[in-house]
Amino acid sequence: MTRNSSKLRISEFLIEKAIYLSGLTTILIVVLIFIFLAKEGLSLFKHITLSQFLLGKKWYPISEVPQFGILPLIYGSLLVTLGAALISVPIGIASATYIAEVASPKIKEVLKSGIELLAAIPSVVLGFIGMVTLVPLVKSTFKVPTGLTAFSGSLILAFMAMPTIVSIAEDALNAVPKKYKEAALALGATRWQAIWRVTLRAASPGIVAAIMLGIGRVIGETMAVMMVTGNAARIPTSIFQPVRTLTATIAAEMGETVRGSDHFHSLFAIGIVLFVITFTINLIADFALHRKNT
Amino acid sequence: MFRKICFILPVFILVSGLVLAQKNSQSIQIKGSDTMVNLGQAWAENYMIKYPDSFIAVTGGGSGTGIAALIEGTCDMAFSSRTIKQKEIDMAAKNHVKPMEIKVAMDGLAVVVSPDNPINQLTVDDIADIFTGKITDWKQLGGDNLPIVVLSREVNSGTHVYFKEHILRKGDDKRTDEFADSALLMPSSQAIADEIKQNKNAIGYYGMGYLNDTQKALAIAKDKNGPFVKPTVENVVNGSYYISRPLLIYTNGETQGLVKSFIDFTLSDEGQQIVRQIDFVPIVK
Repeated sequence: MTRNSSKLRISEFLIEKAIYLSGLTTILIVVLIFIFLAKEGLSLFKHITLSQFLLGKKWYPISEVPQFGILPLIYGSLLVTLGAALISVPIGIASATYIAEVASPKIKEVLKSGIELLAAIPSVVLGFIGMVTLVPLVKSTFKVPTGLTAFSGSLILAFMAMPTIVSIAEDALNAVPKKYKEAALALGATRWQAIWRVTLRAASPGIVAAIMLGIGRVIGETMAVMMVTGNAARIPTSIFQPVRTLTATIAAEMGETVRGSDHFHSLFAIGIVLFVITFTINLIADFALHRKNT
Repeated sequence: MFRKICFILPVFILVSGLVLAQKNSQSIQIKGSDTMVNLGQAWAENYMIKYPDSFIAVTGGGSGTGIAALIEGTCDMAFSSRTIKQKEIDMAAKNHVKPMEIKVAMDGLAVVVSPDNPINQLTVDDIADIFTGKITDWKQLGGDNLPIVVLSREVNSGTHVYFKEHILRKGDDKRTDEFADSALLMPSSQAIADEIKQNKNAIGYYGMGYLNDTQKALAIAKDKNGPFVKPTVENVVNGSYYISRPLLIYTNGETQGLVKSFIDFTLSDEGQQIVRQIDFVPIVK
């Protein structure tokens, strides 16, 4: 063995271990975060029961007899997310299909950089724009008492989810082998039939992943939502009512709490709930991906 | 040459570090009440013009945020629009912090509606009923047939706590009235002002420093017979406006150095002149 090759082997060994360690670090950080969340959040349940927390309908955290019912907050988050998904998924997938399959190279370039630009707008800026332009518009268009509604939040969040959905879905569509489409066209399918029945179907696992990542972004978003949804902790009966989301509650109240108080622990418990929700979404995405692959 | 640099460089770093540290000791961090942020910034700017080698940083977040920061030791001074709670004093004692209270100004809390709203005056009971959700339509008060949209501040706001204790519960500790769960909790006084401006249905409250032509402050009376009084500086000074409160600064222990000098400045004629310019009410000496 020459000296040179042994040197190479050592460096290879080191690089391999370094990569291995980096991989472990990510998992370690996730585990540490979860332990921290659990440690702080679970202390709450010394004083109230899990069902009082999850199913309670009143959120009055700083009253003398505080009430920590997060059911209105869960509804709020889910309603805003559902609304945003209903808006952003069809538009997102349609524009991804257009960019990947239909548009001429020139238009494609313009559209792609436009969408990347949309992703670059900070959420607080979108929230501010929403507050001064969208909120009055929603109020006058839908004749509702206030424009600070779940719907306004959904619209803003749809804008934020769109870049994620479009760019990942477009990648998935581009990854479909050209010959699938060519074969379909050769068999006499029209262009639309080829896109709808072949390319989109073949790319569907990637598209599901795109949707899930988009929804993940939506449910975790805080700032923009806090500025336009009104933050009223009441179970909404329509999408045109104000709602309070889980994330906005943590952000708005974290500054006030005294470390170690029940209120403090309840905010961490909300963090656990959020963690569980996003984890479930990822699990569904994973499940969908694997089912489609086999 | 190289050796020379080796010697000079550490000395240079050491000296500049010392100089910077000296500079840093001339700076203070103030945190707390959103109501007082504008006032605090005006004070800080004027103080820094007078004493250019000092640096004062003022940030908002709410009275609770400021007091929590004082307890945690992350600020030198907390602005607060409510008095400190016993819970917080206990918490501070645990962290060896001794909060000292200094009253620096007065504030009238305005109850505001859109200028398009025909309602001009309300009693305290009416206001309490609106904010607790007992009255839900302007018609019940003789106004238009429109639903009432209640705007409140978030729970980290001293104004929120003050309003709940003194209007909703009328200063009675044993009452348990709460803001209606349909109340919109807004992240700042400015957000309330913005929503009032464009929403005829809305009603909100904030320190009178935030008032301008795009909102209408209601005249308020203690009961039906009482005189209805507008929130103006004069009415707060002579005590005829019902919803007024002290604005406070909390420090850790006896004040000294820059903190003391700054507080003396806020209480001086010049400081109290600024209070008036920002539309708050100077304290009567």
